[in-house]
Amino acid sequence: MKRRHFLKGAGALMAGGVLPISLVEVAFGKTQQDNFRFAYISDSHIQQIKGNAFVRNFDRGLTRAVAECNMMDPKPDFVMYGGDLAQLGSKPEIDHGLEIMSACKYKTHYVMGEHDYYLDLGKYWESQLGPQWYSFDHKGVHFVVLNSIIVDDKWTNKWSSGEERMGVMAGLDNPLGSPFMVGAAQRAWLKKDLAKVSKDTPLVVFSHSPLQKIYKGWNFWTDDAEQIQAILKPFKKVNVFYGHVHQIQYNQIGNISFHSVMATAWPWPYPSTYSQAASHLPKLTVEMNRADPFFERDATGWQFIDVWSGNTSMHLQLPENNPRTVAFNQKRKRPEDTKYQSRRIPPQKHY
Amino acid sequence: MNIILASFGILAASLMNVAQAATPLGLPPVPVPKNNPVTPAKVSLGDKLFHDKRFSADGTVSCSTCHDRSKAFTDSPLKVSEGIKKLTGTRNAPTVVNAAYMHSQFWDGREPDLEGQSAGPFINPVEMGLKNHQPILKIVRSDPEYRKLFKQAFKKSGKGIKLRHVQMAIASFERTIISGNSPFDRYYFAGDKDAMSDKALRGFKVFLEQGRCVSCHTISQTHALFSDSRFHNLGIGFERINKDVKELASAYRKAKQKGIDVDVEVLTNKNTSELGRFAVSTESRDMGSFKTPTLRNIAKTAPYMHDGSLETLKEVVKFYNNGGRVSDSDPTFDFQSGGIRPLKLDDAQIDDLVAFLEALTSPEYQ
Repeated sequence: MKRRHFLKGAGALMAGGVLPISLVEVAFGKTQQDNFRFAYISDSHIQQIKGNAFVRNFDRGLTRAVAECNMMDPKPDFVMYGGDLAQLGSKPEIDHGLEIMSACKYKTHYVMGEHDYYLDLGKYWESQLGPQWYSFDHKGVHFVVLNSIIVDDKWTNKWSSGEERMGVMAGLDNPLGSPFMVGAAQRAWLKKDLAKVSKDTPLVVFSHSPLQKIYKGWNFWTDDAEQIQAILKPFKKVNVFYGHVHQIQYNQIGNISFHSVMATAWPWPYPSTYSQAASHLPKLTVEMNRADPFFERDATGWQFIDVWSGNTSMHLQLPENNPRTVAFNQKRKRPEDTKYQSRRIPPQKHY
Repeated sequence: MNIILASFGILAASLMNVAQAATPLGLPPVPVPKNNPVTPAKVSLGDKLFHDKRFSADGTVSCSTCHDRSKAFTDSPLKVSEGIKKLTGTRNAPTVVNAAYMHSQFWDGREPDLEGQSAGPFINPVEMGLKNHQPILKIVRSDPEYRKLFKQAFKKSGKGIKLRHVQMAIASFERTIISGNSPFDRYYFAGDKDAMSDKALRGFKVFLEQGRCVSCHTISQTHALFSDSRFHNLGIGFERINKDVKELASAYRKAKQKGIDVDVEVLTNKNTSELGRFAVSTESRDMGSFKTPTLRNIAKTAPYMHDGSLETLKEVVKFYNNGGRVSDSDPTFDFQSGGIRPLKLDDAQIDDLVAFLEALTSPEYQ
């Protein structure tokens, strides 16, 4: 009965869908009233050209996401921003991004992305948005936000200027980059933070990079992923959501479900298209089809995320493309595409 | 038996060739649904139905009233269409010319094909105003000329004639209203270097490059439909609903769940009309978006945009040049498509682009 009620609600939410933000329904609650929903916007890459001129398509992607977020009915309890608000981490870019975000009617929690960070190691971001890692509780669910994009001090300090450092890190495939990690300080904090949380409390963890190792060359990677996973292991229901990759990814490692969220700015190719290095894209992930470089919203999108009973169902709404649903398969204990899991997705033909 | 089938095969193939040979320069073969092949009998029946004013509540309006061949199948220069008793709707009549190539019909794509589209206007209160389709069936089942034509086209008579036959005949007629052969086509597809003026040629360059027009008004190496059949929010008419968009969207979703007639709503309620494709899909991504129209014969079909709010091609080009704003002091709405942006065209480029658009007129509409 409860399930049916929920699905009915889900239908209404789907109809109230948003592009290119994600909507998360948290249905851990014991009663219908305890369920709640939050929206998720990520990877807008607001980029200054000069003075007041910013890359328009990225402005428009974020502006649109906020407008659709404000239109959601029923409304979200809060909004998550998944990182990379700015492209080169400058004050004008962060200010401009936050100005667009200020139109959002709901309380927003932010995740740090590498494009927000490497100019001044997150100082300006922090001055506007607060700590780089933190946790909060909402209606019986424990939420954790990590800064997963830091690297070792040696790399961080070897550059002649913040601009140079940011420029290197902004090139996703720049071989002079360095692998991301959460680091010892945050891991210690995380252990302490989770010590007071009971093991059957549902956990939702937000990071910018995947807390799993997929492809080192593009930092689809967190170097201490295994150590973080070990800290999360004792909890019964864990969901990790990450941005950064600008594409559909999902995976299951032990008790932890992983899902990427879509970007508002642009899509990335899958690592497998770069044949010079091995990719560890989860075998589980059925890749998106890609075809249309002439459509400015192609391969961006939004998803309605149902975290029913602690397991995630992603309902992906892709502009001008077939919708997809990646749902937790209770029997096989992993997320699977309900339609395409065992076969390739046919290429788009509409262009 | 095999021999007979084989010869049918040859016959079918040769008919196909005839059809392809008849396709005007610059167009691909017309897509025809398998269950409604185009036949001469259906086309002449559809032609008659299309022009018959008896299918309106007061006998004054036919399909051709708003889709007039002498006006490139529009009702230019009307801003929005006039139905019975001079009642007006909310939208500028889209041309029937090359509508056969569109992936959906109406400005908001609320019908998937010409068959579906053709039934709507008869019973819309501000168009032909019938209460239902019965009066049409009554006429076509009893009128001697129609009885003959329906027999020829569908081998049907009396109650065997259904509304869907009327729709299939009108759609078949509309699949013959295709036009290419414009100066642009002669230049681009037939290699006639003198077909377009230098001014239009410069305009074509603007069309392809700085003007970004081709992103939605698509052309390919073998043909040019000048439409991607997709839906975009340009900012036209959106000011009316921008402030109340959340409330209007919620109210519309509720109304739609209760089963309102979308066709009637969008043509009789100005706010609902501006929801655009959203009124069909109720998806946020479609808020205020309308289908890309063809540009063929555009010089003959003023005024422009879904609400007919821009009077000349120059006004349209200036609207795009301003990043989807009539005046550069107007606001840019949050729901406007990300592909719309200020173009920084100078006056000469604007004039060149208009000259190019004027080179898209087919000889039959000159």
